[in-house]
Amino acid sequence: MSLKRTDVLLCCGSGCVSAGSLKIKSKLIEVIEQHGLSSEINIIETGCMGPCDYGPVMLVYPEGIFYKKVQVKDVEELVEEHFLKGRPVKRLMLKSEDTIFQTKKDIPFYKNQVKVALENCGYIDPEKIDEYIAMGGYEALGRAVTEMNPEEVIDIIKKSGLRGRGGGGFPTGLKWENVKNSESDQKYVICNGDEGDPGAFMDRSLLEGDPHKILEGMMIAAYATGANYGFFYIRAEYPLAIKRIKNALSQAKEYGLLGNDILGSGFSFDAEVRTGAGAFVCGEETALIASIKGERGQPVSKPPYPSESGVYQKPTLVNNVETLGNIATIINKGADWFASMGTATSKGTKVFALTGDVKNTGLVEVPMGITLHDLIFEVGGGMVAGKKFKAVQLGGPSGGCLTADHLDTAIDYESLREKGAMMGSGGVIVMADNNCMVNIAKFFLEFSLDESCGKCTPCRVGLKEMYTILENITAGKGRSGDIEKLENLGKTISGTSLCGLGQAAPNPVLSTIRYFRQEYESHIEAKSCPTCVCLDLMHFDIDKDKCIGCSLCAQKCPVNCISGSREEKYTIHQADCIKCGNCQEVCPVNAVDKISGAAEKEEKLNSVAELYQ
Amino acid sequence: MPIFINGREFELKPGETVLEVALRNDIYIPHLCFHPKTGKAGKCRACIVEVEGRRGLLTSCNLVAEEGMKVVTDSKQVKDAQKIIVDLILSSGHHDCLSCEQNGNCELQDAAYYLGIERPSFDLAPAEIETDNSSEFIFVDRSKCISCGRCVEGCTRTVVNEVLNFANRGFETRISFDNELPMGESTCVQCGECVQLCPVGAIIDSRMIGRGRTWELEKVETVCPYCGVGCKLEMHVDRQKNEIIRVTGVEDSPTNEGMLCVKGRYGFDFVSSQDRITTPLIKENGKFRAADWAEVIPYVGKKLKAIKKEFGSDAIAGLTSAKVTNEENFAFQKFMRSEIGTNNVDHCARL
Repeated sequence: MSLKRTDVLLCCGSGCVSAGSLKIKSKLIEVIEQHGLSSEINIIETGCMGPCDYGPVMLVYPEGIFYKKVQVKDVEELVEEHFLKGRPVKRLMLKSEDTIFQTKKDIPFYKNQVKVALENCGYIDPEKIDEYIAMGGYEALGRAVTEMNPEEVIDIIKKSGLRGRGGGGFPTGLKWENVKNSESDQKYVICNGDEGDPGAFMDRSLLEGDPHKILEGMMIAAYATGANYGFFYIRAEYPLAIKRIKNALSQAKEYGLLGNDILGSGFSFDAEVRTGAGAFVCGEETALIASIKGERGQPVSKPPYPSESGVYQKPTLVNNVETLGNIATIINKGADWFASMGTATSKGTKVFALTGDVKNTGLVEVPMGITLHDLIFEVGGGMVAGKKFKAVQLGGPSGGCLTADHLDTAIDYESLREKGAMMGSGGVIVMADNNCMVNIAKFFLEFSLDESCGKCTPCRVGLKEMYTILENITAGKGRSGDIEKLENLGKTISGTSLCGLGQAAPNPVLSTIRYFRQEYESHIEAKSCPTCVCLDLMHFDIDKDKCIGCSLCAQKCPVNCISGSREEKYTIHQADCIKCGNCQEVCPVNAVDKISGAAEKEEKLNSVAELYQ
Repeated sequence: MPIFINGREFELKPGETVLEVALRNDIYIPHLCFHPKTGKAGKCRACIVEVEGRRGLLTSCNLVAEEGMKVVTDSKQVKDAQKIIVDLILSSGHHDCLSCEQNGNCELQDAAYYLGIERPSFDLAPAEIETDNSSEFIFVDRSKCISCGRCVEGCTRTVVNEVLNFANRGFETRISFDNELPMGESTCVQCGECVQLCPVGAIIDSRMIGRGRTWELEKVETVCPYCGVGCKLEMHVDRQKNEIIRVTGVEDSPTNEGMLCVKGRYGFDFVSSQDRITTPLIKENGKFRAADWAEVIPYVGKKLKAIKKEFGSDAIAGLTSAKVTNEENFAFQKFMRSEIGTNNVDHCARL
């Protein structure tokens, strides 16, 4: 780590890497060398900076200039203008209608955020332990193992009010205390990195962006609970996270921060990475433990809880990545500081992955208690142009959909649950008014159905039945009584399933029935999809008044079901239409409309030739 | 202090679950995955009950009974949920009682009857009929399987053959022999423990098919004739034809706890074999003739004495069988050594 006049922080989180940041890095090195600036400019690969929608993103210090959507072709201009001549490139900066946001602190996306777990993410090179230590890393561990006894550490975590960030929201300090109080010659700590919600990437970004922080949190947890061995359970779909954690482990070992008698305190600890095969259910702690032991990844009934009998029947602490990511900061800054943020029952901050029809998709960390409105419209920048907010799905496939009426809801564990959604691990999917809620419910249910381990009846068979009903409804085969059947089944599955997956899987259906019942009714009774998403419950039609008879639609129709002439205009023969939407796309005058409700089918034509007779 | 189930008081034994207390006292709670031998599983979820002061419905198979606990097994809430669960199982398989061998001996049928389910009410696509008749004695019909896991538990932990396991997941979950081999090609030794444990008609004895309803067969308890272990078993006999139709292990036998080996469970053909020797035979002029024990025993004694006298003790050798008990084998070698006076005594298990 050498001090140079300019630091170029290049985001190498997964989003930016797939947008091409590694190519930009090699080009940067090349151009900087050409200009003889290698001794003056540092290029630092960092973890996720957050605004994934604008990737690849870059931060240039000391000024703090923020660049978005940097392309390889922009690199020469950047180096020449900014790094050489000191003239920041305005065209690569983030703009709103009337302002240019020069530096990171000006950007509204960051303004409402408070970074605790993510404090180093996007600032340091995650592959260099020195950078982490320079940011105050391992100080908390040092203090914990040399100045505090385990009870004191647990006390701080209890006082901070930190609750499990994986979705359950169990008080972390209490969990630690349970493990500590279990008598055993051997205990384990597990970092649960089996993040599986569609659209969620909080844990991934933390593991990739600040691996040492998670390791430090795990070590403090181990010290407090009396464990001396840890497992990082990370899904195989996160190769970069696995690589970076392995790298962090070997660096920490090299520095004597991992191994026997750490910092001369007598505390010994070691850890390893276990790769998950990608089953969503392995995020459930008992299934995760089974998987670590090499068994089929499926949950077992509790009690006994892992805190009494976990890996190899020894007391085991299972904490989520983000939970562990908060620990070092709480030890450093104190329980009161952490507890000063948030609501009465939910303290601190929460990382969310904002996705969907929102302007600033990406990774954000906000104080608990922020309203949904602020999260979506302030931090998220509102809806993408031309779209109207309809609903937000919180908590992924286990969560529920909330509506515009709930935008004032403060985000905390209890308020969300009360409204039929849940905190979950932090996935936030914002949906505009062109989404069909029945279809959305079907989508999430399909995910849970696929990921059900098959162990218990309600989840294995019940979800299949719910899915079958939804498939019928979206295909126009819904029958009256289906809604009640779904509600009844959903409640029974929630109430009787073995683990959290089954207990929460009906939530998307139940919450959409609760808030969008009329959409279900319209699908079932009127056989019409109001948003024209369900293909069997909508049709395309050509507005004869608008049609100019150009024949483009007929030319592009893959099944030749459009006929007509310049004079007579064009008509879609509904019986043969496959609803591909080509005609609507190519029409130069927007004469093709999507109309909800199935078309009245005329007799199917026998051949294309009949069309032209 | 006792435990209260549906308002009645029951004594509890340490470590007992609510389901065990209930069953011991003849209170039926539908249960499909629990079996005393394979223990709690918490899989089928049919055994849910309500407990005063506890949130929601709890599965009684893994709920440790506590003193003073107030359990309700027959409230509307409990029965409604049980009904949906059992209905889901019925709807998802090919459960056709009319033709099923296990009709009258089926735990799913019992549960459906208890809950008043007349016919499956959910619209799941009918299960594809998938049968496996590749093995000698066991017939598998996966479309009747309810994924209770008893066979897997039994194979893995009771008899420790580790042939059966689950393959796939979710709705596609199915039992698998080794790595999805047909049963006949797997490492299965046909002990039939899975047949013994299956609560429905998914794994059955292939030779019983079509040979009599379970209530028509007379159950005769006896001891296995094959070896000295002395497993207790039950013969299911068709009295009219005087045939053994099937054999099951007796669960409460301390010797074998319901387990049998392939010979004990399936090797009963010899009983009604035409070639079976049913009386002692004496060979005269190169031909056997039937005799009775009263004639044969003195005859053998006389002959043995004569041989011993003429040729000495070591001219005689004794060979006994593993089919008799240890005590009988002990007596036999004692007889050979002290009466005949030779060490020439051996046993078929050494062959």
